[in-house]
Amino acid sequence: MKYKSVFDIIGPIMIGPSSSHTAGAARIGRVARSLFGRQPKWAHIFFYGSFKDTYKGHGTDVAIVGGLLDFDTFDERIKSSLQIAQQEGLAVTFYEEEAVPNHPNTAKIHIGDENGELELVGISIGGGKIEITELNGFELKLSGHHPALLIMHNDRYGTIASVANVLAKYAINIGHMEVSRKEKGKEALMTIEVDQPIDDAIVKELEQLPHIIQVTKIVD
Amino acid sequence: MFRNVAELVELAESQQIKIAEVMIRQEIEVTGRSREEIFTQMDKNLQVMEQAVMRGLAGVSSHSGLTGGDAVLLQTYIRQGRFLSGETILDAVSKAVATNEVNAAMGIICATPTAGSAGVVPGTLFAVKEKLQPTREQMVEFLFTAGAFGFVVANNASISGAAGGCQAEVGSATGMAAAALVEMAGGTPSQAAEAMAIALKNMLGLVCDPVAGLVEVPCVKRNAMGAANAMVAADMALAGIKSRIPCDEVIEAMYRIGETMPTALKETAQGGLAATPTGRALAAKIFGVSQT
Repeated sequence: MKYKSVFDIIGPIMIGPSSSHTAGAARIGRVARSLFGRQPKWAHIFFYGSFKDTYKGHGTDVAIVGGLLDFDTFDERIKSSLQIAQQEGLAVTFYEEEAVPNHPNTAKIHIGDENGELELVGISIGGGKIEITELNGFELKLSGHHPALLIMHNDRYGTIASVANVLAKYAINIGHMEVSRKEKGKEALMTIEVDQPIDDAIVKELEQLPHIIQVTKIVD
Repeated sequence: MFRNVAELVELAESQQIKIAEVMIRQEIEVTGRSREEIFTQMDKNLQVMEQAVMRGLAGVSSHSGLTGGDAVLLQTYIRQGRFLSGETILDAVSKAVATNEVNAAMGIICATPTAGSAGVVPGTLFAVKEKLQPTREQMVEFLFTAGAFGFVVANNASISGAAGGCQAEVGSATGMAAAALVEMAGGTPSQAAEAMAIALKNMLGLVCDPVAGLVEVPCVKRNAMGAANAMVAADMALAGIKSRIPCDEVIEAMYRIGETMPTALKETAQGGLAATPTGRALAAKIFGVSQT
């Protein structure tokens, strides 16, 4: 079941005109911002499928940039997000991609600053609901509806168990978990959706574990 | 947890509770939030819908200038009293139009189930409010009932125009509104399901062909007709009329039609009304270039 809450159907409260192309786009942008942990200095935004064909009419461009500026779906500043981005030193470039995506509403966001970069692919599946399907080249599934942890780590035995132990110690239940790696023994990514809020202290403790590269927390 | 309309109706009828109550109980179970929290959040959605209707009835215009002002025209016409159909139905139509005119103007709305189809549910709700005089609680329940049916459609078919065409958006909204209208008017859960089936059957095959890729033409008027369709379907179900094809099978049919619908007719602004000479000319005028 892709939709779990009645508020996926009646909601979100949002700036028009499209739940998938405006609100969903804003949410994809905001997840990228939240994962990056700060406002980026530059953003390359790639539109595919229906996003490519109708982004101007649907305000997908202003919404996704609004998300990068940390605006919620109902924030009226979304309408002037391109000007705000310019004022705040965020350089944005849009690209219309011809490749046919798996889902018609697909966007790829590549953001960064002098300290790092992040690349993410998101899809907007209807009614404002989104899924993040790729992060830095790793495939993943993130509903955006539960607190989640994204843990970059080295592909070594025992790493998953050590992370699970820390979560168990704080009585945090894992609702969904995925592990993917690019190559055996190299960099890997754990995606963990949990039922309870995650305290910053827990993130710090996870970061201290062996073979952990980076821990990012996402709150819905 | 209900997976389809048959299970939803069964849960309501076996426990002798409303569809709205089934939805509320499931929401409590799935999210772990309290009844008060859930009710308050839905009440907030209702407030946003109310404000959008008020704003649209006062008159708005979209940035492109393609839509706006029709809700006002219709309200003026109703007051003149020479209408052919009926006051409640036209009121529902005007309030649905009002909501989508606000949406097209990038105003604040509540997606039900999507932004492009946000007019049908509030349009019908605020129109029958005059006639049925519901309590605030009953109005919030209306949204839970609509949400329960939309929940089934979203999980078994689609509520995305890009994936399933307009039938998945305004079609779903119309079915949701018809079912919620029946429950508010005192109909049974089965009658609500019949209303949803009757309404959605008449939306099957509806394509998503927005002119210039904007959520304006024909979206606003599709919400108008969705509201009218929902009102008539609700009346038919309350009269005891049944759908020969069960509601769940209508939803399944909608999904399959969406799957086989050409991409040009699924929110790409390449076919249908978007591809008419006038549609293309409007796109060229608005963006300064041809869209296709």
